[in-house]
Order: sequence, then C-alpha cells, then structure tokens
Amino acid sequence: MIAKLGKDRGKRETAQAIAFSVLTLASLVAFFALALILYIIISKGVGALSWEFLSQLPRKGMTEGWIYPMILGSFYLTAGALVSALPFGIASAIWLAEYAGGGLWVRTIRIGVNTLAGVPSIVFGLLGLAFFVNVLGLGASLLSGAFTLGVLILPILIRASEEALRAVPNEFREGALALGATRWRAVRTVVLPTAIPGIMTGAILGIGRAIGETAPILFTAAAIYKTRLPDTLYETLTSRTMALPTHIFYMATENPRGWEAKDLQFGAALVLLGLVLIMNLGAVTWRARVRRRKEW
Amino acid sequence: MVDATKESTRTELSTREWIRRNFDGRPIIETEDLSFYYGKDRALRGISLSVPLDGVTAIMEPSGCGKSTLLRAFNRMYELYHGARAEGRVTFLGQDLLKADPVALRRHIGMVFQRPNPFPKSIFENVAYGPRVHGMRKRSALKEIVESSLHRAALWDEVKDRLKDSAFSLSGGQQQRLCIARALAVRPEVLLMDEPCSALDPKATDKIEETTRELAEELTVVIVTHNLQQAGRVSDNVAVLLAGGELAEFGPTRSVFENPQDERVADYLCGRFG
Repeated sequence: MIAKLGKDRGKRETAQAIAFSVLTLASLVAFFALALILYIIISKGVGALSWEFLSQLPRKGMTEGWIYPMILGSFYLTAGALVSALPFGIASAIWLAEYAGGGLWVRTIRIGVNTLAGVPSIVFGLLGLAFFVNVLGLGASLLSGAFTLGVLILPILIRASEEALRAVPNEFREGALALGATRWRAVRTVVLPTAIPGIMTGAILGIGRAIGETAPILFTAAAIYKTRLPDTLYETLTSRTMALPTHIFYMATENPRGWEAKDLQFGAALVLLGLVLIMNLGAVTWRARVRRRKEW
Repeated sequence: MVDATKESTRTELSTREWIRRNFDGRPIIETEDLSFYYGKDRALRGISLSVPLDGVTAIMEPSGCGKSTLLRAFNRMYELYHGARAEGRVTFLGQDLLKADPVALRRHIGMVFQRPNPFPKSIFENVAYGPRVHGMRKRSALKEIVESSLHRAALWDEVKDRLKDSAFSLSGGQQQRLCIARALAVRPEVLLMDEPCSALDPKATDKIEETTRELAEELTVVIVTHNLQQAGRVSDNVAVLLAGGELAEFGPTRSVFENPQDERVADYLCGRFG
C-alpha cells in the first residue's frame, strides 16, 4: 500500500513539466514579438536618426530629407485630441462615479463607453469624415483629425478618470459634506484634486494611443506630402497635415519611389515607436510614484 | 435653515445666548417615533428622545448599527447610503430637520467620524475648508478662525509651527483632533461624534475625552460609543439602544448607570451581554 504511493509519480512529474514549458513558451511568444519589432525597427531605423532627420523638412518627393513636419503634425493632432476630449472625459467620469448611481440608463451609458473602446479605428476615421469633415464642415484638416482622435481616446480617459475617482476614499466625501459642502463643492475641492494623478495617468495612456493611430486621421487630416509648414495658427488648424503614422503608411504603399528611402521609413517608425514607448513608460512610472507617495 | 442663528453668528457665544433665550429648557434636538430602514432592514424602531441643550449626550448600544444611524439622522448623512430611509420626526430647535435643506443643516450640526478623515491637504487648509465653503475669503479672518478652532480642539500648541504640513504627517489622535477643529471652524451649535476614539490608543482617547468635556461648555455634544466606561466618563445623559434598534432607556448618565429601569439595560451594564 505504502509502496504504491509513489507509483505514478514519474507520470505526474512529466505532466507538470510539459504544462510548465507550454505555459512558459506561450508567455515568451508575446515577449519575443515585442523584441522582434524592436529589433527590426531599431536595427534598420537607427541609421537614419540624426538631429537633421528630426528637425528639418522632407525633400525630393520624400526620398530625401527629414521628418520634422510629421513629428510636429503628430504632436498637434495628439495635443488637440487631448485638449478636446479631456474635459468631456473628466465630466462624464464625474457623472458616472459621483452622481449617476446604478440605474438602467447608467448601465446603458457604461456599456456604450465600453463598446466605444472596442470600435475599430477605421470606423472612427469614417465617423470623423462624415461628422467633423462634412456635417460640421471643418473639411479635411488638423481640427477634424484632432477631434476624431479625441473621440477615439474618450473611453480611455473616461475609464481611467472614473477609476481614479472611485479610488478616492468615501471618508473624504463624507468629511466635506458634513461641513456643509454641496456635492459639487466636495467633488471640486476634495475628490477631484485627489484623483488628478490617476486621471493624468489615463491622459498619458490616451496620448500614447492617439499618437500612433493611422486610420482615424487618414481621411480626416492626413496630407501625403507638404513642402512647407503652415504660416499661421489658422492655417495650421484648417489645413491638412502630415503625421508620423500616415507618413509611414504612405511611404510603404502609395509612394512609388518609397523603396528608395527604406531607411527613412524605418527611421520614422523608430521615432513613432519611441514616442509611444516613452508615453507608456511615463504613465507607468508616474502611477507607481503616486501610489508610493499616497498617504491615506 | 435656522434663520434666527443668522442674526447673531458673530460668535458662537451669542448664538448660544440666543438659543438659550428662546429655547431654554427645551431640547435642542428631538426625535419623535423615529424609525429607520436600510432597504427592508429596520435599524431603528420608534425612537423618541430629547437631546438637551447642555452637556454631553451619549448613545450606547451593545452591538448593531443603530447608534451610528441615529447620529446620522441628526445631520442627514444617512442620505448618502443607498436605500436608507427615515420615518417619523426629528426636530432641531423646533424645526423639522428631515424636511430641511441638508446642506444648510450641516452648518449647524457638525460631525466627527469614527476614523480620522482629514483631507489630503495642509493642516491649515483642513480647518479652513468649512469657513471657505461658507464664503469666508479674507485671509486674516481665516487665520483667526483656524487658530481659535485649533485652540478649542487642544491641538494648537502641537501644530502652530507646521500649519503648512500635510494633515497626514500628524498622529492618529492628532488627526482626530484636527477633524474636531475642522468641524468647530464652521461654528456649529451641535457636534456629533461617531465613536471618535475607536481607532485611537488610550492616551489619545484621554485627550479627546478631555476636549469633549471642554467643548460641552460651549455647544451640544452627542457622542456615540460602545464603551461603557467612556460613556460614564464623558456624558451627562445617556441613551441605551438595544437589539432591533429600540430605545431601552434614556436619562441622566448617573441614574441610568446606578439604577437602570430596564432589566436588559441592567444586564448590559453588568457586562452580562454586549
């Protein structure tokens, strides 16, 4: 009887070992995918990097020259997206977290927000084309693109802000209300300031998402090639703009001489990837720092 | 909501005087057949009780949540909890409190919570919060009221050199006294204290109890406690709630402790249950 206890130990251990290796391998796949992307982009793109590459205009049908306008365009688009979406994001998060309760209407809106997060980005592009470009008559312009990206990152902003608001201890609200503050006053002066770091994390993640999106700006804002920078703010906002992701797309597909400038393409991809990684890393470290400093 | 207090809010003493002139001998808070529900669960059953203007009134209960609920009926804080509902009548200086504007009401009836809950702001900003909410803008006036409130909460000497420090740099007992100062800064007529020492060590508890006794000279204090000794030490009157949220006994602390009328209260006081 006792001797039998160890009888199928070998079999069990084999099963364990197989399971362990399969699971480990599966997790390594994700890691290798990232490592591969980084390797290809860096090894092929790093040669193109230089201060001129980042700071000057493209030339000769983009087969020579640099990507300064694309970086600038991406920056404007992303900043515009954040500026236009953040107020709506924070406002709806406050409504969801502080006022709404749990009725049918609220559940519907919450499902809506979550669904919005899953809508393919090309659909946002079409929405932007239909609504901002045509209905609002903004034309294909930086504004239309920024607004479209704003709608795209809205769910990210709402979710992050709502989470941040819910993480604020109820005692703070009670304390403020017990002093005769109205609900809005309590939210404005105690709850929201406490939630700001969390909301900022969401904003940085939103920027990281918006800066890399191609499809939403393809029909709404992107120019294939512009030889000069716009002169005025008005012109900047109302004309098409070049941007990093669409530049990479056009060079790879639309530009018949794109192959002549392969290393420039990879250089642009490297810059874009770098920006996204910096944003995400920034969000993660910021969040960790805030959590460490938290006093309650 | 209490119009009469408006005409004399310059110092709490004159408000007090006004109340004394007009309400002397009458209770400041009165409940009449007050029942309370969380959804379908009844937390309080037909409570009729008068909180006298002077002294400390303690509310005791061996277990359950009735005592905190009763306290939260006095400043309508229960409305924050989903499905909470009060039935019956509660009056403050003769006015129906359940029909009053809760925001205005809480200016007159302050509250200190079970766990110290300072805001993540500086010590100064914590105390100045209430006055700011009620429209005080002048820096000098704010400074004055912050200082006097901290004095009254017996915290001034410990924090006078570090008013700009975060409230979380204080110890638990200090934080609780800061919360008392914060509540006092809006000059309430009544201070509700919900087991204010339950998260504190004995030394900090002593200090809070001492402060409570001193405060009772200037305003009405209602304190909830599950601690018999504490009720004995701080209160002038005591209400004992029993299972089911029923008021078993209410009267001067001394006579309730020495000669309880209700047998269950006698058992409770002898430590036979609870």
